[in-house]
Amino acid sequence: MSRSSGWAREAQAVFAKDCLLELRTRVALGAVVLFAVTSVVAAGFALAPPSGVAGDVKAALLWVVIFFAAVAGLSRVFVVEEETRTADALRLAVSPVGVFVGKLAFNTVLMWVLCALTVPLYLVLLEAPVVHWGLFVVVTFLGSTALACATTAVAAIVAKASMRGALFGVLSFPVALPPLLVAIHGTKAAWMANAGWRAAIGDIHVLVGFMLVIVPASLLVFEHIWSD
Amino acid sequence: MTWQIELRRVGKVFNDRPVLRGISASVCSPGAWTILGPNGSGKSTLLRIIAGLLTPTDGEVLYLRNGERLNAQQRRQAVGMVAPDIALYRPLTALENLRFLARARGMHLRDPQLLELLEQVQLRQRAHDPVATFSTGMVQRLKLLTALVHRPPVLLLDEPGSNLDEAGMEFIRLIVREQAKHGIVIVATNDTREMDYGEPLIRLGA
Amino acid sequence: MSTTTKVLTGVWIAAVTVAAFTWLPPAQGFRNPESARIVVFHVPCAVLTFIAFMANALYSWKYLRSRNPLADAKANISAELGMLFAVLATVTGSLFAMEQWGSPWNWDPRETSIVMLMLVYAAYFVLRGSVEEKSKRARLSAAYALLAFPAMVFLIWIFPRIVESLHPTNTLFSRTGLDPAYRVTLWGFFAGLVSVYVWMFRLRLRVELAEARLRERRHSELEMEPIGAQP
Repeated sequence: MSRSSGWAREAQAVFAKDCLLELRTRVALGAVVLFAVTSVVAAGFALAPPSGVAGDVKAALLWVVIFFAAVAGLSRVFVVEEETRTADALRLAVSPVGVFVGKLAFNTVLMWVLCALTVPLYLVLLEAPVVHWGLFVVVTFLGSTALACATTAVAAIVAKASMRGALFGVLSFPVALPPLLVAIHGTKAAWMANAGWRAAIGDIHVLVGFMLVIVPASLLVFEHIWSD
Repeated sequence: MTWQIELRRVGKVFNDRPVLRGISASVCSPGAWTILGPNGSGKSTLLRIIAGLLTPTDGEVLYLRNGERLNAQQRRQAVGMVAPDIALYRPLTALENLRFLARARGMHLRDPQLLELLEQVQLRQRAHDPVATFSTGMVQRLKLLTALVHRPPVLLLDEPGSNLDEAGMEFIRLIVREQAKHGIVIVATNDTREMDYGEPLIRLGA
Repeated sequence: MSTTTKVLTGVWIAAVTVAAFTWLPPAQGFRNPESARIVVFHVPCAVLTFIAFMANALYSWKYLRSRNPLADAKANISAELGMLFAVLATVTGSLFAMEQWGSPWNWDPRETSIVMLMLVYAAYFVLRGSVEEKSKRARLSAAYALLAFPAMVFLIWIFPRIVESLHPTNTLFSRTGLDPAYRVTLWGFFAGLVSVYVWMFRLRLRVELAEARLRERRHSELEMEPIGAQP
């Protein structure tokens, strides 16, 4: 039997396990998608006809829905470990870095799935005027990834604290606000004919820069959150 | 290869309340030892500190392999632990649990090999059933398997016989005896049936 | 802090406040020149809340490295003081905005960044309130502070460019155009306020330490014999 450790392999194992668990129980996905779809439909009803609503508002609303849907489900990846008392088995077997990267990967994929399901629905129901499609896809992709990066370490904190859902929303909002704001700004640029890539390139830089800062910061503090 | 675990004046305080104070001990492979004491005396806390799950407030726990200190990652690889409050993933099957923990530990085991291991603990028939459907005895056998899949030199058991029948106890006894031939076993218990698993190492008061 | 320093601080602050209303001339170029005096009080509060925020991040970092409960106490106190001064800064800023621009809130980037800080402080206190065990509470809140810090830096950096493109009218007023008399008074108040900050910090720290000593004594009275004797 060969033996190899290394955080990448550990992260892969943790990611695969979390995906398997999620496919089996569908709790996080359910919470997230249900919230998102309900919000979009509610918004659609409330704002009908959507032609009367400014593009600015639609862009902001999209990301507000995405953010709160994320809050509904992104803490699950850590909370379930503490709730079902499997966290210690993980602590015994996997290094903190492996745990964090694996769970960050899971949350990122969860965000991508959320956006893939929610955004088209939103675009249709609220008649969002997408002009620069390439830019819009890029901004949505980077924005959702950045939200996952911002909130995963916070989810770990919440799992060790009181695990109340409300706590996750309160704690993650300040940390998620930078990527949220620039994602909205970039989305607006993608929806305006005379804006486009030139207006949004700064947003893309900020999103990438934010991730490059917050992920190392999260890695630095994660050990202190995760290990007792 | 000789393995050594050293406890140097280990203490643990929770919210200004001391649970453990000034505990020093040393064990060297091969052999088995016990940590004794009534409920609430801090046995589980001490075992968790030894496992590396808890950081002591005072003192330290050292792991030595042939006299050389081990770092955190090496310690993790050297330890397997079974405890009532460390659970398996109930929605996943026995095979999936084993597969994950083996892979996480860097053991490249194929499914046939994993199924062979499950056979050794008489769980082959239930390999594809979720752990949620298992009896206490079956869960304990699977926990022991996952704790030993990476062949650790150190096995830590917290009240291993709780809720087990005689057959289950016998199985534990077997495992302890096997492990103690080459490695270190430390059992925390207040069960009279388990007290002869090894030499008493530490006795905690109430 | 010695009594002399405390008395001097009190006298100084009183003197500066009086000067702000008497010696200082009404500001030129403002809609209500008299009300502009509030700037003297507003700016030092805002500066101090940022300093407190950085202190909180610093002590949080120190706690994680040393696990010394004193560092955690200092981080907590910094957050408390930061919140206090943030509230003062927001209130004084709102009063001024009311006079100058007719509405208490204008999404001015500087004003908004103070509110962001208050959000972080509030979240920090909520987190602390939700964890019972002391070392866990210290650990988790320190970790959170160190996540919120870079996020806030980003926010303060990016917010102006977002606002500018959202709202074409620029409501920022330039501080460089401030009358030298105002600048002197402002710095004077700042000096006094720093003294108050230090005084409150040390006072609060003494309370924390006294409480800790009391708890320790209570526990050592309860524990009579050592735990964990060898067989």
